[in-house]
Amino acid sequence: MFTGQQVVALFRELGITHVVSIPDSTIGRWDEALSNADGLQLIRVCREGEAWAVAGGLYLGGATPLVLIQCTGLFESGDALRNIVHDWHLPIFSMIGYRSYLNQDTLPGDTCLVFTEPILDAWKIPYKLITDANQIDVIRAHYRECLAKGTAGAALLAEGKA
Amino acid sequence: MNRREGGDRRVLAARRRAKATSRMPLVESVAVVRDGRGDDDIVITSMGNAREWMAMGPLHPRDFVYVPSAMGHATSLGLGLALAQPNRRVIVLMGDGSLLMNLGSLVTIASLAPKNLVVVLYDNGVYEITGSQPTPGTSAARARGDSVDFAAIARASGWSSVQRYSALDDWQNNFAKVMKASGPTLVVLDVEATNRPGPRSPGKTAQRAPEFMAAIRSVANGV
Repeated sequence: MFTGQQVVALFRELGITHVVSIPDSTIGRWDEALSNADGLQLIRVCREGEAWAVAGGLYLGGATPLVLIQCTGLFESGDALRNIVHDWHLPIFSMIGYRSYLNQDTLPGDTCLVFTEPILDAWKIPYKLITDANQIDVIRAHYRECLAKGTAGAALLAEGKA
Repeated sequence: MNRREGGDRRVLAARRRAKATSRMPLVESVAVVRDGRGDDDIVITSMGNAREWMAMGPLHPRDFVYVPSAMGHATSLGLGLALAQPNRRVIVLMGDGSLLMNLGSLVTIASLAPKNLVVVLYDNGVYEITGSQPTPGTSAARARGDSVDFAAIARASGWSSVQRYSALDDWQNNFAKVMKASGPTLVVLDVEATNRPGPRSPGKTAQRAPEFMAAIRSVANGV
């Protein structure tokens, strides 16, 4: 999909200060670039639920965080998301890896394809599905739209394998 | 039961009784923080300690009563605030039942080592606000009759400052020293279980979040 340099450049352009993350095999390729990016702090958490609360604290403290996790972590972290995004109305933007969307060779019948989008709908997170490396502009535009509205939002990143 | 097993059980029971009698009262232990916090400090309260904190009088503008919460995430919220506000001390009050739901946060916090974060853990061994059922970490719920040692977990996770107090006067006498330590700091307080209901939100979250953000926008003097 995107290179680490592309992602870092995008985050800098959007004013992101902290990336709160647990990697998967796609997101993990950006680790080195994110770790070495000036002005951007990568925060590694142990479980995805933590990510929303850490991001919430960062936002309350005046920073501009982004949550970067896989869809399986989205499933795990529903209550934390609900609390931060809906109870407290904190407009946290996330980028979520969509496991098996492009390729189910590793995990035939992967139920991530069944549940990811309905769960984003259920949690009332407006999202854009990103299936192509040429769609970085879509992420940028969606982020800015969410920022203008003061709402949470997500970019759902199609992935090829687990 | 053989004689040895009976002896072991009596020893364990005696240890449990001894531990049970060396617990400080919750309200007074919360009051130590309320009376001693600095004006610039951020204080996050949750669950039972939030109920007591609110009952003690008007809130400080830099109080964040984390009600409603996602249980266990006060440490994580505090970590985010501590990173975003490095010149303010961030004090998180939470219970042992909550921490058990987010034990990994101890590792996350240690990895980032925010010097300005203090977690005060009220260890009463029960889920107080749901009727004081024992947690899986308390001696009453464990076959060996021991209990989880949160201080040891924090030390093993890499926390630089870890303290534990069972007597109220020890906590009172050491509060200022604990707050001055270079964090992250975990203070485990052995407190008596109460049987009181959960806290009520002090207001609408849609208003409380921006008010809190405005209150911490001013420049802090540093910790």
